[in-house]
Amino acid sequence: MAKQLLKGNEAFAEAAVRYGLEAYFGYPITPQSEALEYLSKRMVELGRVFVQAESELGAINMVYGAACAGVRVMTSTSGPGFSLMEEGISYIAGSDVPAVVVNVQRGGPGLGNIQPSQSDYFLMTKSAGHGDFHPIVLAPAGVQEFIDMIGLAFDLAEKYRTLAFIAADGSIGQMMESAELPPMQPLRKPEERPAWALTGAQGRPAHFITSLDLSPEGLEKWNLYLQDKLTRIRQNEVRWKEYFTEDAELLLVAYGTVGRICLSVVREARKAGLKVGLLRPQTLWPFPSERIAELAQQVRGILVSEMNAGQMLEDVQLAVLGRTPVKFYGRLGGMIPMVDEIYDALKALDAGTRKA
Amino acid sequence: MTVQIPETMELVYKHPESLTDKDTHYCPGCTHGVIHRLIAEVIDELGLREKTIGIAPVGCSVLAYYYFNMDFAEAAHGRAPAMATGIKRVNPDKIVFTYQGDGDLAAIGTNEIIHAAHRGELITTIFVNNAIYGMTGGQMAPTTLPGQKTTSSPFGRDPRIAGLPVHITEIMSQIPGVAYATRQAVLDLGGIAKTKRAIKRAFLAQKEGLGFSIVEVLSTCPTNWNLTPWEAMQWAKENMILQFPLGDTKIIDAVAALKV
Repeated sequence: MAKQLLKGNEAFAEAAVRYGLEAYFGYPITPQSEALEYLSKRMVELGRVFVQAESELGAINMVYGAACAGVRVMTSTSGPGFSLMEEGISYIAGSDVPAVVVNVQRGGPGLGNIQPSQSDYFLMTKSAGHGDFHPIVLAPAGVQEFIDMIGLAFDLAEKYRTLAFIAADGSIGQMMESAELPPMQPLRKPEERPAWALTGAQGRPAHFITSLDLSPEGLEKWNLYLQDKLTRIRQNEVRWKEYFTEDAELLLVAYGTVGRICLSVVREARKAGLKVGLLRPQTLWPFPSERIAELAQQVRGILVSEMNAGQMLEDVQLAVLGRTPVKFYGRLGGMIPMVDEIYDALKALDAGTRKA
Repeated sequence: MTVQIPETMELVYKHPESLTDKDTHYCPGCTHGVIHRLIAEVIDELGLREKTIGIAPVGCSVLAYYYFNMDFAEAAHGRAPAMATGIKRVNPDKIVFTYQGDGDLAAIGTNEIIHAAHRGELITTIFVNNAIYGMTGGQMAPTTLPGQKTTSSPFGRDPRIAGLPVHITEIMSQIPGVAYATRQAVLDLGGIAKTKRAIKRAFLAQKEGLGFSIVEVLSTCPTNWNLTPWEAMQWAKENMILQFPLGDTKIIDAVAALKV
């Protein structure tokens, strides 16, 4: 496949199609609506399932149904819609079925605005619904990674029978850049659906899918099973990228759009002789805590930058446990931090952590 | 429990294959058991057990998946029609039905049921109306009768502050995607027989791809009505049927022509 100029929202939608998306259920919301529009044509042309639901509540519960039927299923939304989807997300987590949810984040709280934001970090990594669970959360920093992470999200969701989220933002959804799409994968055949799927009890005992267990002993056992799965994900699926960390004395930690901006900050700083490195988490859950803890022993200080008031910051602080100073620079409400702003914060960290 | 039949006797009445032999948790006098059995008999008679996927609601029948011997899912409160949409769209050759009470369907789930019906989803809904929230302890439902006392309308439902009962089957009759909407009652033997015919017609409508079908079933809740099972049947006949008239509110010609 050759590189093409692709818009983030259409690119991830087409990537999903090529990675074998069998059913999409969604509800229009800016800044991700192009994905729904794109799939309303593409899925129908291919004879696959597309439904524009009556609400995000409807959409996520349609996803839940299709997930129980054992097909590759996805929805996409933005903050206000994601809040509504939390109900179904919790049921999906409690029922041990796989599904992919893309959140093209916008400014909040409330109706907020439609500009890029990372303010759903807590929502996606820590409180995606009632009960004890964490979805896998992947954070792309550009259109190519958005495409690649759709495939990864499906694979991980199905491998672990879990939810996989993509934490994109309005700028990645709306930007156009050169990227390569994967080749078209063949669709899974109906007879290849997993054994646990609801497909009608033909020639086999009937089974059911539920998130309910009225006995506390039973529900605790079920929760321990779910926790064991999360432990395996923590052990095996942490992903991040490092830039210039070998000799770094200062470390930037940022993901997604801000991670990309921070790479420019690192290059600027290096030109000026500052030994700065960047760690860009690609999985926000599980979080690269161990690697950050290691780097905390090496560097004089860490600067976290996000398009929120400091959410991943708390995970970095938990990883660092006071071994080195952790500072924060964020922009709110749909504002994107500029290179010079982050660089200024970095210079302040440098000045504040130099030995006399 | 399996009972051995002596050779001199003939088996004339048995457990439908579409029900498991698990004892239900339903209260004495509750009509969920009757309605479960009617659905199971219909699915057996149509030979659809191995093709059917059911969706249980939140409410007293939340554990219906233990009692039906077929693939089943358990939905979030009110969302069964959305979940059924997801299941049916990716299993278009299967029969999909939701089993929902009046709190689940007529309050928290109105959005999902109305839009599933509007899309003309090829699913069937069995809507059990007993005018109360049973599982949570007898609170006022959207279908609670004016003046009816419940744990959250202790002075009786006052239409000035709580409105009048919601008439789902009449609402369904206005929706183009609906092929069949009917209200029946399992309050006596004749009603039970009519309800079974209606359920059969609804499943056949789905099987033939004619549109969305819904059977509302007037039911009782002796426990939360504070009545004996017998009194509850009489109360429902004397009061509920006046509020919720029985019969079809919509039946398209193709459904009327079905041989039931």
